[in-house]
Amino acid sequence: MNTMDFQEVGLREINRSLQAVESLTNNREWTIENPMGQHAIACGITAPLSVHIKGNVGFYCAGMNQQAEVIIDGHAGVGLAENMMSGVVRVKGNASQSAGATGHGGLLVIEGDASSRCGISMKGIDIVVGGSVGHMSAFMGQIGHMVVCGDAGEALGDSIYEAKLYVAGSVESLGADCTEKEMTAEHEQALADLLERSQINKSVQSFRRYGSARKLYNFDIDHADEY
Amino acid sequence: MCGIVGLYLKNEALYPELGALFKPMLIEMTGRGPDSAGVAIYRDPVPEGQVKFSLAHDSSNYDWTALAAKLGEALSCSTDVTQRDTHGILITSGAEKNVQQWLAENAPDIRIVGSGSSVEIYKETGLPEQVYERFGLQSAQGRHMIGHTRMATESAVTTAGSHPFATGADLCLVHNGSLSNHNRLREELKRKGVTFGSQNDSEVAAAYLTWKLRQGVSLKDALEEALDDLDGFFTFCIGTSDGFAVLRDPIACKHAVLAETDDWVAMATEYRAIATLPGAGQARVWEPRPATVYAWGAETLDGQAANASEHVDKGAA
Repeated sequence: MNTMDFQEVGLREINRSLQAVESLTNNREWTIENPMGQHAIACGITAPLSVHIKGNVGFYCAGMNQQAEVIIDGHAGVGLAENMMSGVVRVKGNASQSAGATGHGGLLVIEGDASSRCGISMKGIDIVVGGSVGHMSAFMGQIGHMVVCGDAGEALGDSIYEAKLYVAGSVESLGADCTEKEMTAEHEQALADLLERSQINKSVQSFRRYGSARKLYNFDIDHADEY
Repeated sequence: MCGIVGLYLKNEALYPELGALFKPMLIEMTGRGPDSAGVAIYRDPVPEGQVKFSLAHDSSNYDWTALAAKLGEALSCSTDVTQRDTHGILITSGAEKNVQQWLAENAPDIRIVGSGSSVEIYKETGLPEQVYERFGLQSAQGRHMIGHTRMATESAVTTAGSHPFATGADLCLVHNGSLSNHNRLREELKRKGVTFGSQNDSEVAAAYLTWKLRQGVSLKDALEEALDDLDGFFTFCIGTSDGFAVLRDPIACKHAVLAETDDWVAMATEYRAIATLPGAGQARVWEPRPATVYAWGAETLDGQAANASEHVDKGAA
């Protein structure tokens, strides 16, 4: 177990240490104390570490994460786990805007609420939110899953590609070309698996599925006059 | 950029520490606004029949005592003035309008930066820490304060372009963002008799609220109408005699975070400005929703407390 105090060593020393760990090592347990809402903590990790951040973090925490499991004992600011590639990022509290933005892979668990633009331009990441998400979530979502146990704000899934969205609560409005879709046994299985991996206890039956109507950029001869 | 911060103390035992608690909040936002800084502090309300003016001059050697004596003689009113660097806090029994008019005619180099019964506004160019120290705010006591650190985008780095901007008796505004229709709105307000001291976009937002409030519109309604009439990006924090209100535009791309404990309520552009407050690690922390008025101190909002608890509690998973 390695412990670093943000107030003592500062951001660069923390990130340098975490980024320098070799993949094949037993030195995997790291704790960061006193993060004090500072930005870009635990970014760019490439090894399968277990990083525990004890407190609230600022912007861009755990960005570009590969393989590591980063747990935040608090709330997170803008851009949590931005462009994550793999691994797990879990925040015990709320997350601000653009959580999981452009993420290519891995699992992001937000136990509280996420703010607007959660999962914007997601490219393969799985995002599970215990609470609600704000407006424009999953905007232009390409691949991956977003599970929302609470409500979704305005314009959910606007201009969505092939990301799959599951919402248990109400949806304030659907964005352009986002539509409710049938929940098959296959989708229920995928959802159950995501909830289990996230350690969030919620009945699969309470969710509805949303996704692309696949009509946004398709030429339709019946509407030729409108083009 | 720009940083805004607000602190409202619920626990009276903390009143003596207001200035000390607020200082690291403002300084933490230096990176977001190194050009100028300003605060509004609510303290020492004056008795009925008196007005407290926050006045500013370019020089820190201005003779405020002589000014107050002349004003008192001309308007046959009591005057008491305290100098703090470039600012003078004038407490007078003179009628507010008469004092404003006299100052405009007899001391045109003086700027009125705020007025009311308890608000004091201090703002200057320079780093937030220097500004805070110039005005001796470290030892300030009181119930609530709002502050701003400015990175100038829409107009020049001047004291007149610094925040907070007064919007009426005991009301003032700090802004993070940029308004795109401020030129047209400024011209409209000028035609309605509103005067301006700068080319600053945030001053237009303040003037808009001032004008609405003068029409008898409540602060809550004025803020909701602002959502229709102001075009651009904004997070506002509005200081009132009883507390503060927070409003974000419907797109809400300008950051804002709220935190609350049993002892205090705080807002900031970034959480790191709140992190130094006692008990911040255990505070409820959430992001204010777009186009929603949040407020502490319900009286000035027409009796409507807008800090709906569902926004606070929804995050507890």
